[in-house]
Amino acid sequence: MTFPSATLLAQSALSGVFIGALYGLLGLGLGLTWGLLHIINLAHFGFAFLAAYLCYQLASVHGVDPLATLALIMPLFFVAGVALQFLLERFRVSPLNSLLATFGVTAIIEAAIQGVWTADFRKLESVYAGQKLQIGELFVPIPELMTLLVALVLSFGLWAAMRYTDLGRAMRALAADAPMAAAFGINRSAHAILLSGVCGALAGIAGVCLALGFTLTPSQIYAWIGVVFAAVMLGGLGSALGPLVAGIIIGLSEAITMAFASPSWAPIVSFTLLIVLLLLRPART
Amino acid sequence: MRVDRPLVALVAGAAVLFVVPFLGLPAFYDSFLYLVFHWIVLATSWNILSGYSGYFSFGHGAFFGAGVYTTAVLAGKQDVPFLYTLPAAAVVAAALAVGLGAIVFRVRSVRGELFALLTLAVTFVLSTIVLNTPIDGGPGVYLSAVAIPKLAPTVSGSFYVMALVLAFATVLVARGIQRSRLGLALFAIHDDEDAAEVMGVPTYRYKLTALGVSAALAGVAGGIQAVFVSYVTANGTFNITVPLTVVLMSILGGTRHWAGPALGATAITILLYVSTAADQAVAGKAIVGAVLVMAVLLLPEGILSRFERRQARAKGTPAAIVHAMAGAASSSPHAPAELANVRHTVSNDSTKPLLSVRGAQKSFHALRALQGVDLDVFEGEILGVLGPNGSGKSTLINVISGHYRADAGTIVFAGENIARWPAHRIARAGIARTYQIPRPFAHLTVRDNVALTAIFGNAALSRDTARDTAHRWLEFTELSGLDHVRPGDLNLHETKFLELARALAARPRLLLLDEVLSGLTPTEIDEAVGLIRRIRDAGTTVVFVEHVMRAITALSDRIVVLDQGRVLAHGKAAEVMARDDVAVAYLGTAHA
Repeated sequence: MTFPSATLLAQSALSGVFIGALYGLLGLGLGLTWGLLHIINLAHFGFAFLAAYLCYQLASVHGVDPLATLALIMPLFFVAGVALQFLLERFRVSPLNSLLATFGVTAIIEAAIQGVWTADFRKLESVYAGQKLQIGELFVPIPELMTLLVALVLSFGLWAAMRYTDLGRAMRALAADAPMAAAFGINRSAHAILLSGVCGALAGIAGVCLALGFTLTPSQIYAWIGVVFAAVMLGGLGSALGPLVAGIIIGLSEAITMAFASPSWAPIVSFTLLIVLLLLRPART
Repeated sequence: MRVDRPLVALVAGAAVLFVVPFLGLPAFYDSFLYLVFHWIVLATSWNILSGYSGYFSFGHGAFFGAGVYTTAVLAGKQDVPFLYTLPAAAVVAAALAVGLGAIVFRVRSVRGELFALLTLAVTFVLSTIVLNTPIDGGPGVYLSAVAIPKLAPTVSGSFYVMALVLAFATVLVARGIQRSRLGLALFAIHDDEDAAEVMGVPTYRYKLTALGVSAALAGVAGGIQAVFVSYVTANGTFNITVPLTVVLMSILGGTRHWAGPALGATAITILLYVSTAADQAVAGKAIVGAVLVMAVLLLPEGILSRFERRQARAKGTPAAIVHAMAGAASSSPHAPAELANVRHTVSNDSTKPLLSVRGAQKSFHALRALQGVDLDVFEGEILGVLGPNGSGKSTLINVISGHYRADAGTIVFAGENIARWPAHRIARAGIARTYQIPRPFAHLTVRDNVALTAIFGNAALSRDTARDTAHRWLEFTELSGLDHVRPGDLNLHETKFLELARALAARPRLLLLDEVLSGLTPTEIDEAVGLIRRIRDAGTTVVFVEHVMRAITALSDRIVVLDQGRVLAHGKAAEVMARDDVAVAYLGTAHA
């Protein structure tokens, strides 16, 4: 093991923060549906990847600006989220069965992606790719910086909405005790539909960020599950800010592990953090 | 002796299948059936923990992969004879599973969903370790040079024989477990883990055992598969296919029956073969996904359980008819023979406490439910526990039975401090309880609900004896004829009496009753009062929490009044109730 230089360490820490922001962004929608609707939506990852491929298709084949694709992707995945929620609600699935059913949905999405775009690696070459800011000796890549800003804005925005609006209060009341909230006149299924639509749109946004910064291949869907769930559990179910904070902590830990050991050891980090958390604070999750 | 028909069918089926490789058929048949057996092993072994107990593992690929790489390293790199590597594959997979389980199951909050995700993560962690260490290192491991023992005329036939033997053994193990006390306990854990623990099931140990067995079988399947495919890679081994497929197979076939996963595995393997040509794995994945979604939504309990339900309905008498019959017959139930020849003789020794609680404290965050309770319960007495709502009565029962662990204080039962014992050990030592809101195991029959405590409680019967005994306890509590009904079909009165039958079947020395009478009609209360008296007369010490004053005065030798987590008064019922401070605690201060 060699000790990396200060600049290298700072550069790795910076990339850790950036990837952590994406963990948080992916975890945002996942944690909200889990905590508030008691649905563990693995299809969130499928949606994000589908959005990433759509963004790739529109941007690199049809020449649309990647950010402009959001105008199509957000409403599209809002509808997808609503449709999924409608299906799960219709059959009254338990949390565990929601995990299984959305696992199935994800497998279908993976197969569809593989069918359309093949299993080859795809990389979006946009106007943003390769653009960097230089601050001192550190390079700040623009796509990753945009991801961080998007994650910050959305997490804080939803946090404020949950906390200060009537709609947010109604959501939290439903999560705490649905029958009681219903007795006070809160329409459960309308709120559930709205929330799952928002979470679907969040998956779409995360997908665009994914396409901006990463090389895509269908089987990568599953590689994100473990670490994003770790961020959600560390951050707290149903919390809007938690996943981002936890995601950045995980991203930083991974980056430091990569700087000191080997990059291929990174997948162990989030799992270790999760196990340590479970052993130290079992009541949390 | 009755012929065990499923067993005969299994043995006959395996014997017929054993002949196949010796018939000189094209190798295709051997290899296709090998694949069927391979998936039967993986799905059936997965089901032992996940189907029976409801802890869905997505880590079966990790345990399978541990077996693959154990054999790959031993046979491919160390030149250990192939067959010798299989026990090693089982041990490595089981050790990994038990190590993981020992951490994960220790956390009380790690219920189903979290367990599923953690086991999924293990798959990728293991993959990372295998890729980064000399176990694989990246390029994969070739096993084409490994000598294959000649168990049949051809190589494919030899693999066929190995997979058949393993599949047969796995199905037998799954069946044996389902019919054993372990199986009954796992089904109880599925329905209500905390209640199972309080009734004497060592839930932690049993979950670990089931996980270990499940992983060991998957490990052996991995070991055979490694040599069968003759070249293994980390990405090809540790992926999402194995967990996805076994979950689908088991759910489709039915997770509550030993044969369900085997049925599902056969169906899906054939479906995948028929619907996909060799290089269309993509369509196969989509089909598996679609079938999984439909199975979860439309058939959440599987093909087999739907079939079994229909059979049970045809066989059993509907609960409503039994109710009518029970109402017509004059009821003068006799205590089961077990009650007459009690092991613990009634001493009525009023100087020797059976249970003494000293300084018991329990807080929930800021709420101090018990603030130092001192209490003695004497052998053979009926002690009534009273107090206004929130005074700590139920918490006291929960702390004595081990449902909650006391923050401080000692609880001495029959000479031993049980304050820090796990709940199942307390049950085994002779304390049984009922729940204020009945918590029957919803998917077990009424009789199995009762048999469970007869097995795991103080009575410690074998599973066969427990079933007969359970029937007699149901008669004693006037629930005869309802043996094969599910608890969901009972009315409130019957559900409360089922709680009682369960507690009694444990043959407790101390019985804790938490508001068994609430919600019953006056006639039903009189019946229950008679029942409790008979229980005491047979030698069981009773502590009961109650609001029904009539029952308290009729039954209790002594009463204890709790208020705000402390003992306010104790003594004879009439004397205690006459005290001013007791009246104030119940009715508030007079302002007149």
